[in-house]
Amino acid sequence: MWPIADGATSRSLVPHSAGVQGRSRPCQCLVGSFLLRFNIYTPSWVVRPGGYCWVTAECSPLLPHVETHHRRDAAPFWDETHRRLPRPSRPAGDPLRSSEGCYQLYPGHIPTSPLQKALLAAGSAFMALCDPYRHDMVAVLGETTGCLALPNLRDKMKHHPEGYRILQERPRIRLSTLDMSKLRGLPDGSLGREYVRFLEDNKVSPDTRMPPKFVDDEELAYVIQRYREVHDLMHTLLGMPTNMLGEIVVKWFEAVQTGLPMCVLGAAFGPVRLSARKLQVLATELVPWAIRSGRNASCILNVYYEQRWEQPVESLRKEIGIFPPPAVRV
Amino acid sequence: GLGVLGLELFKVDCISFSCPFFAVYQVFESVAKKYDVMNDSMTLGIHRVWKDILMHKMNPSPGTLLLDVAGGTGDIAFRFINYVRSARERQLQRKLKNHQNLSWQEISESYQEDKFKLLGDSQVVVCDINKEMLKVGKQKAQHLGYSEGLSWVLGNAEELPFDDDKFDVYTIAFGIRNVTRIDLALEEAYRVLKPGGRFLCLEFSRVSNPLLSRLYDLYSFQVIPVLGEVIAGDWKSYQYLVESIRRFPPQEELKAMIEDAGFLKVDYQNLNSGIVAIHSGFKL
Repeated sequence: MWPIADGATSRSLVPHSAGVQGRSRPCQCLVGSFLLRFNIYTPSWVVRPGGYCWVTAECSPLLPHVETHHRRDAAPFWDETHRRLPRPSRPAGDPLRSSEGCYQLYPGHIPTSPLQKALLAAGSAFMALCDPYRHDMVAVLGETTGCLALPNLRDKMKHHPEGYRILQERPRIRLSTLDMSKLRGLPDGSLGREYVRFLEDNKVSPDTRMPPKFVDDEELAYVIQRYREVHDLMHTLLGMPTNMLGEIVVKWFEAVQTGLPMCVLGAAFGPVRLSARKLQVLATELVPWAIRSGRNASCILNVYYEQRWEQPVESLRKEIGIFPPPAVRV
Repeated sequence: GLGVLGLELFKVDCISFSCPFFAVYQVFESVAKKYDVMNDSMTLGIHRVWKDILMHKMNPSPGTLLLDVAGGTGDIAFRFINYVRSARERQLQRKLKNHQNLSWQEISESYQEDKFKLLGDSQVVVCDINKEMLKVGKQKAQHLGYSEGLSWVLGNAEELPFDDDKFDVYTIAFGIRNVTRIDLALEEAYRVLKPGGRFLCLEFSRVSNPLLSRLYDLYSFQVIPVLGEVIAGDWKSYQYLVESIRRFPPQEELKAMIEDAGFLKVDYQNLNSGIVAIHSGFKL
């Protein structure tokens, strides 16, 4: 029992403790406390470490339950000159505490409850459709819906020697890590040269990829980061520019390859904004080629691109299993 | 000390300083453009009703000089101008009714006199600490067609750039929560108000009803940061917003603080069972 001074009803008949086995504890969210009034305890499989149900808990089941200093217990600044009301201390699983109270797995990580992830997924999908220039919304959609596809990708990488090396070494494709002048000096047709040409022609930079925020696993966060950084290389390998049509073709390829719901949604809803002529080209030539290539190709994340800058694009395409692009102006 | 204070209050990633002042400044710099959109979506438009109720409580007559502190995007200022304009129109109509027996020449002369006093000498000064918010407010004023009776001043609520005994009414709507030293802001409010002047504060407060409080908490912590991310692309600022609301002193505490600053006849009115409260005090 906590000291209550603000008139709120006493909340818990069960003392909070982490990882209690045996008798199921009631979830302390709205529904759980309501049920408690009728002596109905929420089943233990609903309650996460920290005392909250899977809807409102901010810690995923994989995270260690960490008791953190709850900032509301510390004296607020105005207490120095005015009377202080004793505040009820709240358990670390309380949604009333800051999200930073939960264990932050990597820089930029924002722990979110499943309810928040669902709302984020819906909101970002809607926003991405309304305003296709909101790349951050597409990124958020990918993170919040990738909970099944990302572990699959990570396992594919683990079971491949090159992919396993990538997971161990965690290379990043950034302007600071790339030697642009060396890549420019490579012969035409090599991966490095074509990649730099693609970046310069389309005026894009590998540094504009958003870091992951809502992925609740540090390794999966790297996997999705790698996927984002390899996207430009996909453009290069498939020979697609960064206009709407090119992006949709790459999305179709990635949807088949990775199975990420964000790619599937983007591939399905992207063409909505295209003209009839472009739609026809897309449907008859580009998409079938993209699907065939995607099915035939091995996992694109299993290629250590940083060690293959000198390799000709054609040879890399054959090695991965991407068919030559159709002779259509995109 | 200030270090602990800063760490405790602001764990926003981009803030490298521990000074709360800079943290608040940067938060509002990034949200300025989307501020109004976010207000509408977070409160489902109800914030307009709250501000209207504040204006009705104030009931300004033409000739009032209002200081709106932390009033960046000008919501209170525009409502004040509308209110005073319609009060002025009613005044003029009453005057005209009394003059119905005058000749047309005399009536047109009286029009000339009143032409430049559509607002009846009322003035509103919008003061904000953040340039971006003021910029957005000025653009809104231009867009909506408010030109006269408005001034935009950059200033800190804890140290107002105005002389003593200047204003008839001082308002601070949803701003006092972001002030580092509330007591200093209240003292400044006391200083710049004329004797007989009124202090009005509209702010999020403590919800007493336990069921509503739980629902409100659920909505605040689960939905509002998501709205911030989706609409403004900024999760952390809205997480900060929700936490600053929880940290803010409840109604009675704030009333005590206002009384400590020297105001008399201090009272508060709960709106929506305590989600928002209007505190009012007089300098007598």
